[in-house]
Amino acid sequence: MENTHKISFVNKYLFSTDHKTIGAQYTIMGVLMAAVGGFLAYIFRYNLAFPGQNIPLFGALGPQQYNSFVTIHGMIMVFWVGMPVLLAGFGNFLIPMMIGTDDMAFPTLNMMSFWIFFLSAVILLASFFVPGGAFGGGWTMYPPLSANGYMVRDPNFLSALLSGSSLLILAVALEFVAMLMGGINFLVTTFNKRTKGMTAFRVPLVVWYINIAAVIFMFSVGPLVAGAFMLLFDVVLGTGFYDPARGGDPILFQHLFWFFGHPEVYVLLLPSLGVLAEVIPVFSRKPLFAYKKLVYLALLSAVLSVVVWAHHQFIAGIDPRMATFFSIGTIIISIPFAGIFLSFMATLWGGSIRFKLPMLWALGFIALFLIGGLTGLFLGSNAFDIYAHDTYFVVTHFHYTLFPDIFFGFFAAFYFWFPKFSGRTLNNTLGHLHFWLTFVFFNCTWFVLFFNGLAGQHRRIHDYSAFSNFSGGIYQTFEKFSTIGAICLILTQFIFLINVIMSMSKKKNAVKNPWEATTLEWVADSPPPHGNFPVMPEVFRGPYDYSVPGEAKDFLPQNQQ
Amino acid sequence: MSNKEINLEISHVPQGRLGLWILIAGELMIFGGLIACYLLYRIRFPEWANDAAHTSTLIGAINTIVLLSSSFTVVKAHEAAQKRDYKNITKYMTITIFCGLLFLVFKSIEYITEIHEGHTLVSSEFFSFYFLMTGLHGLHVVAGMVTMLVVMLGARKGENLHRVELAGMYWHMVDLIWIFLFPLLYIAK
Repeated sequence: MENTHKISFVNKYLFSTDHKTIGAQYTIMGVLMAAVGGFLAYIFRYNLAFPGQNIPLFGALGPQQYNSFVTIHGMIMVFWVGMPVLLAGFGNFLIPMMIGTDDMAFPTLNMMSFWIFFLSAVILLASFFVPGGAFGGGWTMYPPLSANGYMVRDPNFLSALLSGSSLLILAVALEFVAMLMGGINFLVTTFNKRTKGMTAFRVPLVVWYINIAAVIFMFSVGPLVAGAFMLLFDVVLGTGFYDPARGGDPILFQHLFWFFGHPEVYVLLLPSLGVLAEVIPVFSRKPLFAYKKLVYLALLSAVLSVVVWAHHQFIAGIDPRMATFFSIGTIIISIPFAGIFLSFMATLWGGSIRFKLPMLWALGFIALFLIGGLTGLFLGSNAFDIYAHDTYFVVTHFHYTLFPDIFFGFFAAFYFWFPKFSGRTLNNTLGHLHFWLTFVFFNCTWFVLFFNGLAGQHRRIHDYSAFSNFSGGIYQTFEKFSTIGAICLILTQFIFLINVIMSMSKKKNAVKNPWEATTLEWVADSPPPHGNFPVMPEVFRGPYDYSVPGEAKDFLPQNQQ
Repeated sequence: MSNKEINLEISHVPQGRLGLWILIAGELMIFGGLIACYLLYRIRFPEWANDAAHTSTLIGAINTIVLLSSSFTVVKAHEAAQKRDYKNITKYMTITIFCGLLFLVFKSIEYITEIHEGHTLVSSEFFSFYFLMTGLHGLHVVAGMVTMLVVMLGARKGENLHRVELAGMYWHMVDLIWIFLFPLLYIAK
């Protein structure tokens, strides 16, 4: 093969244009950022449970630091963990392998996209060390706190440019650029580089979902980029786009933010649901139920995702008639997702279920997301949201959606495709331990906080001693219980780390198709070489031909005639 | 393995053109967001018209003509590229770049006059929008000119002729955005 010539270390691992290396770079970077985000969570959770005490491995936590850490934790987990792992990581690993091609359509653009992402992460982390510290006005960056409040102390140009607020805007903007470059690559690759016979409805669902997610991202992010320009001008140059005293309007930023921010939820959700759509049929030995309808449902959710945003602003003083419109939209968008989950249930129904590790994570995802999704219906209704807004009920709700989405989705994919892309197998016992402890400790961390939220406990408060009903008694006990759960949850992840390190130090022993799956990536060697396939496979059938009546084997690979 | 086995155009649209269409769609969403914000403010605050009265419709109109003619020359360059007529590619692309330069000169004259009259980025909400939108558009003009120059230097030697079309598409987008900005900022007084 022409590709086996020696490549230098720098070209092979740093500035590689190979989609698998770039996927690995994104995933590793995402996991490292998750460690930072998790450490921040540990610090402020410890402070909430034991206020005023010295935190092991950190020290005392001041109120301003508390605000920064809560803000940056949210930012990191959504933009520097969710996006690189789910969209860029999955997209890079899976799209070329599953549609049967050698690489992305624009490999150099792909490499640049990662390094811009890397730069954005560096800028974000650097913002902890500027005077005044990292931005602490909440991850939504609402003005006036972000534009001209106490976050920007010194109103001269250079110090405003180097404030936590403008560095955060800059980092987010660069992250958007990186993801836009990735999105263009995904779409063009899927449109133009499918192998012979790979028609639109023979493409595995995860590829569809990553592409739909990329489209949602690209069409919702534009107005926020415009809004970020305006915000940066307000901070650095002293314009008044969001300053009511000068004729601006801070609510405008909320609209621009959530016009992107809510579709972003589906950008994160769809790739993970796609992974579930690959994992569940393999371990149920049944075809995916209603494959084509799942594509249409995701397209429907993409359309609906841009008419629900103002449900984040029910208490921002918007017109009640508009609030009703967005309430209805929000409740309607649960229909496509209910359809997707019902299809997963129908796939499981009557299948020969194999409880392997990827399947456990997929089922755990469904169980937890059910709680998150249903509490979302409560919050979508205007009347309830006015009471629950900004309480721990909301915080708990979105952790019950995003945690399964980002982490359970990632682990399902990781345990499923790790043998393929590394050529090594993971320890099964450690894997089971990792899954069950994560599942239990996640619920310990979060379930009790629903009650704190319903009792009216507001979030983003450093010290609850001014609120007598929350600074002692049962709700403080819940806070402690939650913090202990969170610490255990973080410690559990070391099991995963040990498992990966142990497996990487062993010989390559993975077989080509350990799970007896049908899609094209299982045809390639483990790990796939540069160029993926020795000869591009030709596709003769859909991606979910399991237990076809009258066939000797219970699965038919896509390239089998 | 050879790349010849891989069909790069399943969708019958060349890769570069498809990628650029997606990029243009994304760019339009950025300017669309800005224009939507501006329109909502204009509808809510009719008094912005007092500030809008100070923009120079004449220079705006001249610039519109300059940009529109440059869109014509870039189409001529594309036509020349299809005929592999390297001399005409260079000629028409140079004219296009020159038009971009002319646009920026007029724009600078306009900015200088307005700033001298006391209308700056921070003087009023209207002028904040005016400078942000035209400034961002100006950056796109510069980006378009640089792209055009790089493509021209290659196309002159017959390399990457398909890029002439791509640079032209981007240039049309810059033009199209201006077609929206001109009435919104200069004509609506």
